[in-house]
Amino acid sequence: MNFKHKFVFLFPGLFVLIGILIFPIIFTIRLSLSGWNSYTPEMNFIGITNYIRLFTDDPRFWESFFRLSFLSVSTVILQYIIGFALALMVWKEIKFKRFFRVIFLIPMMTTPVIMTVIWRTFFHESLGPVNDLLGHIGIGPILWLSDPVIAKFTVIIVEVWQWTPFMFLLLLAGLLSLPKEPFLAAAIDGASPFRKFVYVTFPLMAPISIGAIIIRLIEASKIMDTVFVLTSGGPGTATETSSFYIYIKGLREFQMGYAATLSFTYLVIMIISLTIIAKVLTKLMIKE
Amino acid sequence: MKTIKTCVTAIISALMVFSNVAYADKWSDQFPHIKATGDIPGECSYESMSKKDYSGKTLKINTHAVPVMGEPTALHAEQFAKLTGAKVDVTHTPAGDLYAKAMVPFQAGQAPYDIVFGFSNFINDWRRYLAPVPKKYTDMKQMKDVTPSHIGIASWDGVMYQFPVDGDRHYLKYRKDVIDNPEYKKKYKADTGKELKVPTTWKEYGEMAAYFNDWDWDGDGEKEYGSAEVMKKDDLMYAAFYSRSAAYSKNPKTPGGFFFDLETMTPLINNPGFVEALTDWVAATKYVPPGGINFGLGDEIGSFGGGQTLFSFSWDDAFVAAMQPDSPINNKVGAAQLPGSTKVWNRKTNSWDEGFNQAPFFVWGWAVGVAKKSKEQEMAFDYLCFFANEANHQADIGIGRFGVNPFRDADFQADVWTQIGWDKDIAQSYVDTLAEMEKSKNRVFPLRVPGTFEFNAALATAAAKALAGQLSPQAALDEAAKQWNDILNRVGKDNVRKAYAVGVAMEDNKL
Repeated sequence: MNFKHKFVFLFPGLFVLIGILIFPIIFTIRLSLSGWNSYTPEMNFIGITNYIRLFTDDPRFWESFFRLSFLSVSTVILQYIIGFALALMVWKEIKFKRFFRVIFLIPMMTTPVIMTVIWRTFFHESLGPVNDLLGHIGIGPILWLSDPVIAKFTVIIVEVWQWTPFMFLLLLAGLLSLPKEPFLAAAIDGASPFRKFVYVTFPLMAPISIGAIIIRLIEASKIMDTVFVLTSGGPGTATETSSFYIYIKGLREFQMGYAATLSFTYLVIMIISLTIIAKVLTKLMIKE
Repeated sequence: MKTIKTCVTAIISALMVFSNVAYADKWSDQFPHIKATGDIPGECSYESMSKKDYSGKTLKINTHAVPVMGEPTALHAEQFAKLTGAKVDVTHTPAGDLYAKAMVPFQAGQAPYDIVFGFSNFINDWRRYLAPVPKKYTDMKQMKDVTPSHIGIASWDGVMYQFPVDGDRHYLKYRKDVIDNPEYKKKYKADTGKELKVPTTWKEYGEMAAYFNDWDWDGDGEKEYGSAEVMKKDDLMYAAFYSRSAAYSKNPKTPGGFFFDLETMTPLINNPGFVEALTDWVAATKYVPPGGINFGLGDEIGSFGGGQTLFSFSWDDAFVAAMQPDSPINNKVGAAQLPGSTKVWNRKTNSWDEGFNQAPFFVWGWAVGVAKKSKEQEMAFDYLCFFANEANHQADIGIGRFGVNPFRDADFQADVWTQIGWDKDIAQSYVDTLAEMEKSKNRVFPLRVPGTFEFNAALATAAAKALAGQLSPQAALDEAAKQWNDILNRVGKDNVRKAYAVGVAMEDNKL
């Protein structure tokens, strides 16, 4: 097969790649160099003005980014711990194992927006059932959505509920694929369940754990629907995340050029930070 | 001779009455929505529309989600389709996305929708993409009844771009059964040394709301609270803040701008008047229901309309919802103008002017236009004219969830409301409140300049930070003013000034 024929076969794949990945990124970069908004409806060229504005005069974006970092890291850590515990529970031979596996997956199968609406109803401070129940035992009312600190934890609760099953699923698949020999050897040596977990299960699960954490971190860093429905970023800006802020700038205030600047900068930051996180996790969790 | 004249007049009157009844029967049988009035003759009545033939044509409408404005749009679309043979496609969009959903295709030179619903303060951004309302419609009888304020809101430089279907203003709603209760009057006097009455200042509003907060004052076994307000960021809260600010900052002695000083284009939103209003508002977080700081418009309507609070102020919807027969506080509410203040900031002398001041806020409301690039403009305007015909309008304004509020002189008659079950004195106080606002010479109109969304969003974010305790009122409004200056620099001061001058002329009673 000569060189040209190879190109013919590569072309459809390249075409799709350019269409769905490269073109949107290039378009976003071009848009970020324009002042397109409601009163300048054109792709003009304003150089790096938007980038200067972002780095010198937009603390709200950076606040939302650090808030996002806190929310995504804390939710993923909790999801990992709970998901691992649940996976270990149904990995063993227990009664109704299949039933539990399905039950644990249900939150992930529900529509995030719908479920968040339901959670918002639960947590409604004056009309919701959670405060009503707590009131019967003399607690509250707790300001689930209107206290700047508690609102962050409410977002974390909803995110953990929704996405722990995903972590559970990946970790269970990992556990089921582990070789049996190391466990047999540990049993012969009389290792306790705790030592078995620390010295056998956890190290063997490290590669898949890293994959699961990174996948969830990527997803969690795009958190938008939960914040949008639950708190709208409030109270104040207490739960505003980067993606929600970009949405406000782009589709509420119609600052398309500036929103593109935020999006592209955010993309670059995420690529760099997730690469670093993956390296650090590999170093910490996988011992040569 | 006199007897003959009287007989002829009686016969003609009887014929007219019976012919109207015949109209009413004919159309209200098919369309129960107008059963209270039947069809009312006019250029866009059911009878007139039935003579149009739009068979084979499709009308595309983008409107708000159901029920507010979305439900009447869909209902009248269905009626219009039955009458004219047209196919009408209605798309429902959340409020926050209405602007972008129309603006993106507008800027791309497309018209995926013939009719776009939005808010009246979109007018400056949208007008270049909208077809002016043709003279045929502006000259119609039903249009002549629209109040001058709402003609002004729907127009730009004398050209009408938005077809009036709704009228909006903020006013005070209160629990009449509490404020007029002699026992509570005595108790309030004994406890505070002050009179319990409809509050005329924001300070009184705050004192009464705080007093009637967090206890069961209506004996239903549940706690009630002081006030329900739209405090949720990005959910129209900036409009609530302007309502609270108007009395402190709209000084009739200093014409030339409420939001900016028109001469210098200096933002005024961090002057002591606005700071005083925000300070009051921060205090209000103590007398709203638990979670009230996150109340959007729907929550406010549900809270006051459901009998949870003593006061509320925003659009008509909460009041109309409270007055519906199925409401727990039906005929227990009253309406009054927004509270005022005992002082108002004078930006010329840089000091407070002592004395009572009050300023109605003609907040933006629902608005609708026809895309300039639409190929079905005639059908689109006919639909809008039909939507707002007298029979539909009278039926729509009595349904709280529809979001259609009074904007015609005829709406300011108490009879219109007593016919749908309102107590006479409540109906009278309601129409008097609306009529007084129309007559006021110290009105505030919404900001309608290029970048309106940016200005309002910056203000809302700052106010939300103050409400959440993240910033002091002064620091929050200083932050907003800085952002307003940045926006001005981006948009161009002269561009904003040119547009703002139109609104200022309305406020200064020059239009």
